[in-house]
Amino acid sequence: MNFVLLILIYTCLFSFMALGQNVITGYGGMLSLCQAGFYAIGSYSVAILTTKFSFGFWPALLVGVAVAVVVGILIGLPTLRLKGDYLAIATLGLGEIIRNVINNWQSLTNGPMGIQRIPMLSFFGYRINPYLNKAGFLLMLVVILTICALLVLRLSKTRIGRALEAVREDELAALSAGINSTVYKVLAFSIGAALASIGGGFYSVLTLSISPGTYTFMMSVIVLCMVVLGGMGNVLGVFLGALIIQIISYLPELLNLTNLIPPQLKEMLFGIILVVMMIFRPEGILGRSKRHKFERGGV
Amino acid sequence: MTLLETKNLTRAFGGVVAVNNVDFQCEKGEVTGLIGPNGAGKTTFFNDITGLDKPTCGRVIFDGEDITGLPPYRIARKGIARTFQNIRLFKELTVIENVLIGLHFKLGGNPRFVAGMRSFLFMGKEREEMVERAYRALDFLGMSDKANELAKNLPYGHQRELEIARALASDPKLIFLDEPAAGMNPNETASLVGLIRRIKDKGISIVLIEHDMKLVMTICDSIVVLNYGNKIASGTPEQVRSNPLVIRAYLGGEGND
Repeated sequence: MNFVLLILIYTCLFSFMALGQNVITGYGGMLSLCQAGFYAIGSYSVAILTTKFSFGFWPALLVGVAVAVVVGILIGLPTLRLKGDYLAIATLGLGEIIRNVINNWQSLTNGPMGIQRIPMLSFFGYRINPYLNKAGFLLMLVVILTICALLVLRLSKTRIGRALEAVREDELAALSAGINSTVYKVLAFSIGAALASIGGGFYSVLTLSISPGTYTFMMSVIVLCMVVLGGMGNVLGVFLGALIIQIISYLPELLNLTNLIPPQLKEMLFGIILVVMMIFRPEGILGRSKRHKFERGGV
Repeated sequence: MTLLETKNLTRAFGGVVAVNNVDFQCEKGEVTGLIGPNGAGKTTFFNDITGLDKPTCGRVIFDGEDITGLPPYRIARKGIARTFQNIRLFKELTVIENVLIGLHFKLGGNPRFVAGMRSFLFMGKEREEMVERAYRALDFLGMSDKANELAKNLPYGHQRELEIARALASDPKLIFLDEPAAGMNPNETASLVGLIRRIKDKGISIVLIEHDMKLVMTICDSIVVLNYGNKIASGTPEQVRSNPLVIRAYLGGEGND
C-alpha cells in the first residue's frame, strides 16, 4: 500500500513538470527539454533556504518559483527565437547547465554530496511526515496540483491561451494580426518553469535529502513522453500520461517480479510505447481537447 | 489624400535586388493594384511594408507616420492588415477563434498586460463584446454559420474568405490582399469582386496583388506595375493597359516591336 502511495506521489510530482511541458509544447508548440532543470531549481531553492537560511517551506517554495521564472525569462528571451530541433538542443543545454552549476557550486549547494536533513513541511500548522503519512502528503499534492491544473485550463480558454495557440499554428500570421509572439512564448516558457519548480520544491520535502544526480536529461525526456503519450494540449491527458509512465517505471516492483524482470525493461517499454504511439495515434491517447464553442450573445 | 507612401524603398538579398527604389502611393479610400510578372518583387514589397521583412533602405510612411522597420505586430496595430498568398490560417483553431485573434489587440485595453490578467480572472464581460464583434466580421463574409468549425475543415474558397475576415476584424485603415483570387473559379472570383467593393464602401483602403487582369482592371482605381523590382508604370487602369513598357514586361520581346 505504501508503495502504491509512493508511486502516486511521484506521479503528482512529475505531473507538475508535465503540466508545464503541456503549456510550453502542447499550447505553445515549443519543443523544450529542460523541465528537469527547473525542477532542480525548485528543489534546491527549498533545500538551501530551509536548511541554511531557516526559511519555512512555503516562502522557500515561492522564492524557488520566482527564481525559476526569472531564469525562464532570461533564457527564454534569446533562445525562443529558435524553432523545433534547434530549440530542443538549446533547452537541453540549459537543463544540463543548471545541473552542472548545482554540481559545482560547492559553497551553496554542497556539490555532488547534495543536501540532507531538509526539514519536513507543515500544511496549515499540520506537520506532514513523508515517511509516516504518505496519504496526507499525497492528498496535499493532489489539492495543489488540481489548483494548478484549473489555472492552466483557464489560461487555455482566455485570450492569452488563444494567442499562444495562434503563435503555435502560424507565427507569421499571428505577428501580422498584431500579436507580439515573443511575449507569449516567454510567458508560456516561464509558466512551464514555475510549474516544474513547484514539483521540485515538493520533491525536496518528500525525500528530505537531494543530490544533483536526480535531475538528469532523461527526466526531461520522460516528462515530454508523458505529454506526448497522454495527448498534447490536454490537461487530463497529461495526468493520464504521467500515471501510465510511472506505473511502467515501477512495473517490476509492483508485480513483485524484481528477480525476473531486469530494470532495463522499462526503457525498452518506453521505446516501444513511443514508437507504437507515433505510428497509430500521434495525437496521444486522449488527443487535443475539444475547442470551446462561441455562440452569439455570450456564453 | 495619401494614406500610404513608400520613398525609394529598396530590398536587396545579397546581389539580387528584389525591390529597387520604388516610390509608391496609395490614396485613402481607393483600391490600388500592384501587378507584375512572377518574381517582380510584389510580395517582397508587401512584406517590407508590413514588417515581415526589413527593407535595405528607403522609407515607409503610413498616415503621416514613419513606420519603416517596425516589428509586424506594431504595424498591424497601427491599422494595416494583410492576407497571404499561400493561405495562413490557424488551422487547429475554429473559424471564430481565427477572427478573435484578428481583433486580439483591439479590445486589449491599456495596459495590455493588465487587460490580459483581467480576462484571466473574470472571463465573462470582455468576451461577449469580442465574440459579438467577431460574429459581425463573419456576417460580413456570410460565414457566421461556420463559426465553430475548425479552420482546416473549410473548403479552399472559404479559407481565403476567412483570412479576409480575420484581417477585417480589427477595422484596419488599410488592407493588403496578396493574390486573393488565386485558385478560385470564375464564380468565386465574381463574388470576390463584390466583396472587395463592399470593403471599399466601408472606407477601408485596399492594396491588391493579383494576376487576374480582368479583376484588376475592373476594381482598381489606380495600378502600379513592378518588373524585376523596378516600378515601370503607374496610373489608371486605362493608362497602364496601353503603356508599351507594361506590354513588353508581360509579353516579352526586346524592343523589336
